Amino acid sequence: MKIVMAVIKPFKLDEVRDALTAIGVHGMTVTEVKGYGRQKGHTEIYRGTEYAVSFLPKLKIEVAVASNQVDKVIDAITGAAKTGQIGDGKIFVFGLDHAVRIRTGETDASAL
Amino acid sequence: MSFKIPYRAGFSVALLAAMVAATSAFADEPTVNKGDNAWMLVSTVLVLLMTIPGLALFYGGLVRAKNMLSVLTHVFYTVCIVTLIWAIYGYSLTFTGGSSLIGGFSKAFLAGVTTDSKAATFSVGANISELVYICFQMTFAAITPALIVGAFAERMKFSALALFIPLWVTFIYFPIAHMVWYWAGPDAIDTAVKALAAATDDAAKKTAQAALDEVMADAGLIFSWGAIDFAGGTVVHINAGIAGLVGAIMVGKRTGFGKELMPPHSLTMTMIGASLLWVGWFGFNAGSNLEATGTAALAMTNTFVATAAAAMSWMFVEWMVKGKPSLLGALSGCIAGLVAVTPASGFAGPMGAIVLGLVAGAVCLFFCSAVKNALGYDDSLDVFGVHCVGGIIGALATGILVNPALGGTGIFDYTVGKIADYDFVTQMTAQIKAVLLTLVWSGVGSAILYFIVNLIVGLRVSVDKEREGLDLTDHGERAYNM
Repeated sequence: MKIVMAVIKPFKLDEVRDALTAIGVHGMTVTEVKGYGRQKGHTEIYRGTEYAVSFLPKLKIEVAVASNQVDKVIDAITGAAKTGQIGDGKIFVFGLDHAVRIRTGETDASAL
Repeated sequence: MSFKIPYRAGFSVALLAAMVAATSAFADEPTVNKGDNAWMLVSTVLVLLMTIPGLALFYGGLVRAKNMLSVLTHVFYTVCIVTLIWAIYGYSLTFTGGSSLIGGFSKAFLAGVTTDSKAATFSVGANISELVYICFQMTFAAITPALIVGAFAERMKFSALALFIPLWVTFIYFPIAHMVWYWAGPDAIDTAVKALAAATDDAAKKTAQAALDEVMADAGLIFSWGAIDFAGGTVVHINAGIAGLVGAIMVGKRTGFGKELMPPHSLTMTMIGASLLWVGWFGFNAGSNLEATGTAALAMTNTFVATAAAAMSWMFVEWMVKGKPSLLGALSGCIAGLVAVTPASGFAGPMGAIVLGLVAGAVCLFFCSAVKNALGYDDSLDVFGVHCVGGIIGALATGILVNPALGGTGIFDYTVGKIADYDFVTQMTAQIKAVLLTLVWSGVGSAILYFIVNLIVGLRVSVDKEREGLDLTDHGERAYNM
């Protein structure tokens, strides 16, 4: 099992969710985050005081999937989240040791 | 029910006295016009609205979310404590005779003030209820110290503020308000003038003249200099502004100032606050006429056009210089315009007020950006740049715009019963002296008070508490639990 973590541009959330649903991934966790990579921030000015804002709002999506699904998931996310502009985001894959469905107690593959 | 009896007895005595006076060949007793009273009751409430929630939200939106509640509390506390102090001894110290610097305690605890008591306006024979006048002036006494809190927001201890405010209103506000606004009133002057005119022989003329001189001398120092301030440019804005600057310097800069991001957490709140300030300011300026006459309408007109001009001036200059027109710029310009037109509101003509607004917006922008950044002080919410600078512009401009040749009203001379001749040098000298005395009294006086407060409780929170936020550390609450 793996956790696929993707940091994407916020407005891409609906597209990514639809793409994942289409390949059979029906659950995800979404967090609002700030970050930057190669995308520069912007300057805000409040009454003569300038602020260089380098952290940009992003969304972090985490899905737990079977190891043989990972490539399909990466393709789906990439296809949906890409705009071609700097700041599209990144995808990271982590190993997942155990998973448990709280309501039923099912574990591992049946919990995904 | 028993408390009604003294008032009713007072009313009967007053009625009897009025009847006796009417039958004698005495001067006409001033009357209270219900329209004037009604207007002043409304004006009072409008000025309260300016402070809570107007100023509270205006300031609150400009600080970080972790300090929002502390700003709201500072402003709310100030209103409450000053209200009490005003009723107990503030009104007496400010608006009774004593010296030219301060009044006395003859009306402490509002002694002698009843529902029948009257206060003079600016027209002979027209009075308002004294209780309305007391409440109206109370709201001015409350908003002035509330303005100061913006200068040291996000780092001043609440206990320090709690001690500072009562000291400040007592030793700084009451004397300055007394010096600028206290006078014997048009009715007293008119009575003395008529007595002098009626005097027939030399001895009687001498006594009558002495009496008139005494009435004219029964006034605040700045008032007798001939300086004019319709609604409080000097008393409120220059006063609070310089006290704010001194405080910002003595309390010191916010931790991380210049390095960390400290943008306003809610310009939405700031806009709500600024809008409430503008609306309420009609009570502040037009209400300062004390009557619902054409002059009040002039003050209203000026409060519209100068404000709009200043907001646009700031916004457009910022657009040209910085590249983008900001809402905060428009709102700041709006406040700068309101501040600048305050002393001129009942004296200037509307076109003069527009010019005043255009100038105030641009100059205050300059002070809040170029000058502030160059000098490096941390006046968190630009109390000095907007209120002190705007107030000085307004005070000086009033001396120019009151000139009837420029559309101004001129100044009424009650000793001769008509508008006095305008002299630029005389008037400007008086205005400049008023500005300088206020800057010195408030600047030096406030410095002394900050020093004393620092000795007793300490002015500033610790760095750890400042980082966590004053809402939690001073008040044990969060402004937002989302």
